[in-house]
Amino acid sequence: MIISERKPLDEIRKIVEPLQRFFLIGCGACATVCKSGGEEEVFQLQEWLIDQGKEVTGSVVIDEACHLPRTGRDLRHHKSAVQEADALLVLACGGGVQSVSSQTEKMVIGGLNSVFLGNVKRFGQYEEKCSLCGECILNETAGICPVTTCAKGLLNGPCGGMEDGRCEIDSELDCAWHLIYERLKQQNRPGVFARRVPAKAWSKSCKPGRHQLKNTGR
Amino acid sequence: MSQLEKKLSDGVFTVTAEVAPPKGTSVDAVVDQAERLCGITAVNVTDNQGANMRLSALALASLLHQRGIETVLQVTCRDRNRMALQSDLLGAAALGIENLLLLSGDHSRFGDHPDAKPVFDLDSVQLLDMTAGLMAGMDMVGKPLDGTPYFFPGAAVNPVAEPFELIFQKVRKKVESGARFFQTQAIFDRVGLERFMNAMLPLNTPVLTGILLLRSAKMAHFLNDHIPGVHVPESVVARLESAADPFAEGIAIAREVVGWSREMCQGVHLMTLGHEDRIPDILAD
Ligand code: SF4
Ligand code: SF4
Repeated sequence: MIISERKPLDEIRKIVEPLQRFFLIGCGACATVCKSGGEEEVFQLQEWLIDQGKEVTGSVVIDEACHLPRTGRDLRHHKSAVQEADALLVLACGGGVQSVSSQTEKMVIGGLNSVFLGNVKRFGQYEEKCSLCGECILNETAGICPVTTCAKGLLNGPCGGMEDGRCEIDSELDCAWHLIYERLKQQNRPGVFARRVPAKAWSKSCKPGRHQLKNTGR
Repeated sequence: MSQLEKKLSDGVFTVTAEVAPPKGTSVDAVVDQAERLCGITAVNVTDNQGANMRLSALALASLLHQRGIETVLQVTCRDRNRMALQSDLLGAAALGIENLLLLSGDHSRFGDHPDAKPVFDLDSVQLLDMTAGLMAGMDMVGKPLDGTPYFFPGAAVNPVAEPFELIFQKVRKKVESGARFFQTQAIFDRVGLERFMNAMLPLNTPVLTGILLLRSAKMAHFLNDHIPGVHVPESVVARLESAADPFAEGIAIAREVVGWSREMCQGVHLMTLGHEDRIPDILAD
């Protein structure tokens, strides 16, 4: 899931200041779970805008704002409210904001900061486990990702800053390499320690990413 | 062949020290400091140490080299990707620098530019591999070099960190990747050093013990709380606390570690942090 959080209201206030009418968009997927862009948050933002003396021409929570055709369909569905607005204010991740901006000529305002691809630990608590590197090493690292959960993304074992199994950048964090070592030892296999891992092919996660499903039956 | 390489291959007990480039262009003071070092084979030049932005280590190493001072150029993976690292190493070779200390580097979060993007395109093992490749006349993608560099590459280790097996697997990889010597993190623990040196025997690679001159108990506490990988044991802190002259005690502690190193290791790496004038006392038998 994409973890996102609302931008500080002061930042949003500065952007909406010169404008009057807004159409609000939320996302029914990640931003709803993160409580940053669901029905409730869209409603709260609407109340806040009205308090600021602004008008809200309408709102919609798109099923998945990262879905381009669905976003286009929902915008067409609310065509007149969208037309009346000076700007579309979007409570979705950066991907969702761009689904919207690619389907309208109108000014689009992103209300959230997107932080990372995260796992839900418990409600409101998220952890980054994968950074989508395009060449997954998990099968050798006992299912623990060093690319993401080692603060330096090291591939051949811990740095000199590991202390008591904790990471040098934050003593609250486990050192990824310590976890990998313990887990592989428990499973009694050498895993990634059996080889010197060569430099990573960052071309595998070259930006902007493009992916085409092969063998789609056509 | 550098003096460092020669002495270590001849089995001579070898001493290195370190200097840090200035923040700014005033290099005179640090050049003086390096010139005043006596009894030292080579001086490490740190690379944005502690993730604090300073004048380029390569530039200072070259200035020292021009004055006949042998250097160990420290190179970290934090600030440069593989292309910049390769071109800097080729540049170092062209400027006459042979000794290298190849490191991962402290995370940028600790330093004075916490918003910098930490690079870590390579890790220290891959940096060693890349250096070995350059020495074999090839860049990382296998393209031939016009003019092949010669280096004496070294690596770092924290010999008393736990779990030892995990630390040591990386040491082994570093040797396989071409590390010809090790400089260690600051050591205060004889038993830990002994265990490490026993494990090092089959690897046949010289080790220079890191020796950090402690000035006070306060400094020891600071290191324990804020510097990753440095651990000053309670017993050492207690000695500094009860000493009438803590600085003299710090020198005595450093001298003891030199003593252990003379028994077990191939040299020492002195981190005296501005007290280079005390090096003769630390090295005194
Ligand atoms: S190695 Fe890590 S970052 Fe790369 S795909 Fe696997 S889990 Fe994700
Ligand atoms: S302490 Fe461990 S997790 Fe943290 S940067 Fe070093 S190797 Fe990575």
